[in-house]
Amino acid sequence: MKYSANSVWVNNDKYDVVVIGAGHAGCEAALASARLGFKTIIFTVSVDSVALMPCNPNIGGSSKGHLVREIDALGGEMGKVIDRTFIQSKMLNKSKGPAVHSLRAQADKALYSRTMRQVLEDEKNIEIKQTEVVKLLVEDNKIVGVQILSGAIYHCQAVILCTGTYLKARCIYGEVSTNTGPNGLQAANYLTDSLRELGIKMYRFKTGTPARIDRNTVDFSKMEEQFGDERVMPFSFATNPEDVQIDQVSCWLTYTNEQTHNIIKRNLDRSPLFSGMIEGTGPRYCPSIEDKVVKFADKERHQVFIEPEGLETNEMYIGGMSSSLPEDVQYKMYRTVPGLENVRIVRNAYAIEYDCIDARQLKPSLEFKNIDGLFSGGQFNGSSGYEEAAAQGLIAGINAARKIKNLPPFLLDRSEAYIGVLIDDLVTKESHEPYRMMTSRAEYRLLLRQDNADQRLSKKGYELGLISKERYERLELKEKLINEEIERLKHVTVGTGDAVQELLKECGSTPLNSGSTMVDLIRRPELSYELLKSIDIHRPAFPVELEEEVIEQVNIAIKYDGYIKRQKKQVEQFKKLENKKIPKNIDYDKIKSLRIEAQQKLKEYQPISIGQASRISGVSPADISVLLVYLEEMTRTE
Amino acid sequence: MDTRYSETIAAISTAVSSSGIGIVRMTGEDAFEIADQVYIGKKHKKLINQKSHTIHYGYIEDEGKTIDEVLVMLMKGPHSYTGEDTVEINCHGGVYVVKKILETLIKYGARPAEPGEFTKRAYLNGRMDLSQAEAVGDIISSQNEYARQSSVSQLKGSIRKKIDEIRKEIIHHTAFIETALDDPEHISIDGYGDELKTVVDRLLGEIEYLLSTCESGRIIKEGINTVIVGKPNAGKSSLLNALLGEERAIVTDIAGTTRDILEENINLQGISLNIMDTAGIRNTDDVVEKIGVDKARDNIEKADLILYVIDSSCPLDENDREIFHMIMGKKSIILLNKSDLQAVVREEDVLNELNLAEKSRESIDCKTFDGKSTGIIEISAKNQYGINDLEEMLKTMFFEGNISFNNEIYITNVRHKTALNDAYQSLCKVNESIMMNMPEDFYSIDLMDAYESLGSITGETIGEDLVNEIFSKFCMGK
Repeated sequence: MKYSANSVWVNNDKYDVVVIGAGHAGCEAALASARLGFKTIIFTVSVDSVALMPCNPNIGGSSKGHLVREIDALGGEMGKVIDRTFIQSKMLNKSKGPAVHSLRAQADKALYSRTMRQVLEDEKNIEIKQTEVVKLLVEDNKIVGVQILSGAIYHCQAVILCTGTYLKARCIYGEVSTNTGPNGLQAANYLTDSLRELGIKMYRFKTGTPARIDRNTVDFSKMEEQFGDERVMPFSFATNPEDVQIDQVSCWLTYTNEQTHNIIKRNLDRSPLFSGMIEGTGPRYCPSIEDKVVKFADKERHQVFIEPEGLETNEMYIGGMSSSLPEDVQYKMYRTVPGLENVRIVRNAYAIEYDCIDARQLKPSLEFKNIDGLFSGGQFNGSSGYEEAAAQGLIAGINAARKIKNLPPFLLDRSEAYIGVLIDDLVTKESHEPYRMMTSRAEYRLLLRQDNADQRLSKKGYELGLISKERYERLELKEKLINEEIERLKHVTVGTGDAVQELLKECGSTPLNSGSTMVDLIRRPELSYELLKSIDIHRPAFPVELEEEVIEQVNIAIKYDGYIKRQKKQVEQFKKLENKKIPKNIDYDKIKSLRIEAQQKLKEYQPISIGQASRISGVSPADISVLLVYLEEMTRTE
Repeated sequence: MDTRYSETIAAISTAVSSSGIGIVRMTGEDAFEIADQVYIGKKHKKLINQKSHTIHYGYIEDEGKTIDEVLVMLMKGPHSYTGEDTVEINCHGGVYVVKKILETLIKYGARPAEPGEFTKRAYLNGRMDLSQAEAVGDIISSQNEYARQSSVSQLKGSIRKKIDEIRKEIIHHTAFIETALDDPEHISIDGYGDELKTVVDRLLGEIEYLLSTCESGRIIKEGINTVIVGKPNAGKSSLLNALLGEERAIVTDIAGTTRDILEENINLQGISLNIMDTAGIRNTDDVVEKIGVDKARDNIEKADLILYVIDSSCPLDENDREIFHMIMGKKSIILLNKSDLQAVVREEDVLNELNLAEKSRESIDCKTFDGKSTGIIEISAKNQYGINDLEEMLKTMFFEGNISFNNEIYITNVRHKTALNDAYQSLCKVNESIMMNMPEDFYSIDLMDAYESLGSITGETIGEDLVNEIFSKFCMGK
């Protein structure tokens, strides 16, 4: 749809940054640019849907929990808001290594949305406006403003696109198809054409969500109750742990069965996916129940989690059974699941298709390569998930602000943060499905733990101007305590006295033959810093608010020392290539020894560093060597 | 020792043949330290304490075993070819010795140089003129192309298959662990270590086997590419069979890509030959046979050595002349077969034909007949007569340096071996982690390292393999 308005007026109120969309990416983007001092206006099709969670009612989870903590360490908002609005929380993978511990919280969706809206409203540099942006205004490849549905023009210096799943959105189940965004909200139908006119390459992706059901029609006696952790850990490093010890609500586990699968199989021909009515590419990691039944035909049952959507609603989410089957089939299949025999559906499950971009058009700063001042983040960039969106929004917001200030962009690399991995993957690798974060995508995951996100990033957040001095000083103190304690433990030796042997025996550990350092004892898998307290008499007392965190870090640093050192060594190698920057004015046509494929790929991607270039598929190690030689020639000629 | 991230590199810098001396070169920040671990000089002198640009006499040893008597030349950076600390080890030529020295350096912490890497370093360290940049680029890309081709094409089919199988198992188990970590509420991997350990133990055994094959040079088709040509029924196959006689080591048998070419690897007096038996050469209209003949011509072009079998009981004809033309300018041995029968063709006839072929050739592309590069022997393949003479002649040609093969193949073998070793070490670490009761997520780190190392042999990178495996084999929740 092409937009044409007859009356055009210019809104002369002054704005520096325009954010399009108030989802998880848009909120973080707007908050970052506003907090860095720029007048920011955020447009949304529905002010009542700020920070909406149109799919699963939780924040965090494997690797996503890492992202939330990183966002928090950089001064973002997501972690703080979920700490105030969660109704159940769990640390996943607790029995595994610290690198894969992941915090996940069930959210009270409505409260989360209202709370985030309040945060935006309280920010003096932010203005919220309900309308649809229809056009980007670009002059000489530089963004100068946007036009909204009324025809009004807003001038600005930077635009951040965070349109989520709203661009030309279409929701589908069975034969029903509506041109709406998630939750029946209005779609944005004009902007795609404006983007195409600017030469931006678009993709069409698809995702889906399960039905929401009425709690009063669920028989929980047939399900297994799932509790939250006894001691809850907050997401934000700024949240007082005592404030999150609340009364939690339960989730419920049940299973599909043969009957469920039969109903699905019999009705596959009525699925819009199988009939070809849906053209977008769906994610493999989040298959609909019909996908699972077809693809994993040998599985007799699939897990189904029934999760509350909030405290003030009866609606519940059916985790594990997203679908786009017709309404009558949905009723039939859900009602085969134990506990859901009499279930009433409040909102049908549906698939949604939307326009997004091929993110390889972006620089690692999330600015478009060909349009100055135009940034983007979130699902619009081809990712999926609230956390992935928020992370990109934050970086886009920071970089829009830095662009206006004429500062170099703020970039995180793969060895510094999951956010770095996420953005590098998005802008460097071709993807044909919505991108989801996973811990296995992070090659240095032992270093990128959720527990040390503050140590990795808060200094940067402080330097950016998004972390308070007070918070930064707390971090410095914490690091000092950790380092001093590790150093002390290295020099504490214990003998073979009765107290020691007795304790070791109690803990199921082999007694000592001769003296040992405390560090060597802590390293034993069955022992820990806490367990050895009674034989470590000179142990210092830590400030109460830091004690838990310091002990955790001491344990991890000692127990996994060997692995951590190895990854650090790998990072050193990695950094060498990452730090070799490729100048903007490089002319790949002039490098004769490059293979043609590599030449084309390099021209297309315009990587910023040798490291990034080496990750482009089709660029070989030999091409990288050739490139290095050429760069050397360039510097010598200068 | 984990050598993967070492910045000190080593390579053989002379052609690998049995002639003259051989030089193994090593450069990088640890070059002197590594050299000192294997060099035994007079009065236990340490190379690191010696002056730059000096030569030292001594021995290269590994675990008390002497490998060779050597002269070691030291060049401290920046005054060396690469601009970095450089050690050149001059030894007694010989395929075995040169290769062994290189392997020893790698064992003590160097890594095999990438193609063109010495040149690249020289350039990047400012030891080469700016005008040479383009040439450097060309060297790197052409040598890499050559190495890539040789490393993948020289890799034996059966070995490749084995490596692919091992990799498949590794990625499968890693994907399972990762899926469980990603979706802990759907999949449990508690106690998975025991199961994984059995797998890893088995894989270690398989890699060990590969390493032992590597040791005997059988992982790649290392050797002198030798082609047997001749008219149909001249006795080519009997010759091959004679060479493959029971007492000789048959290393492998690989069926050729066409039905008409059979390839064998044999070892004659320590010299490794890749022998290709080709279809008989004659003018033909038969399509299938013609393909075989064209292929034979192609192989002659690429061969290091040609064994031309002539049926001495039949007069030379047009087809023979054709073959004489084809082998012009190549190292060849002409075998007058069927010496047990009445000879019609004699040595003079052959020399005569060679001279004729040379003359007509000269006018075309100036290739000259090199008397030294062609030998003539009478044999009877059937009765095994003259086979010893052939072996002697091969040996002489090899040791005089008349035939050799490209050392890139040797380097490839060393690289493969290093990669197998790395994979082995990584899998050992997996076992260590299991035995130490480390959490499961630690296993995947080393599993993926092993996967990557093995991939470097078959020319494959990790890319999105893990994520793809997770999505395709395991059912994720939500």
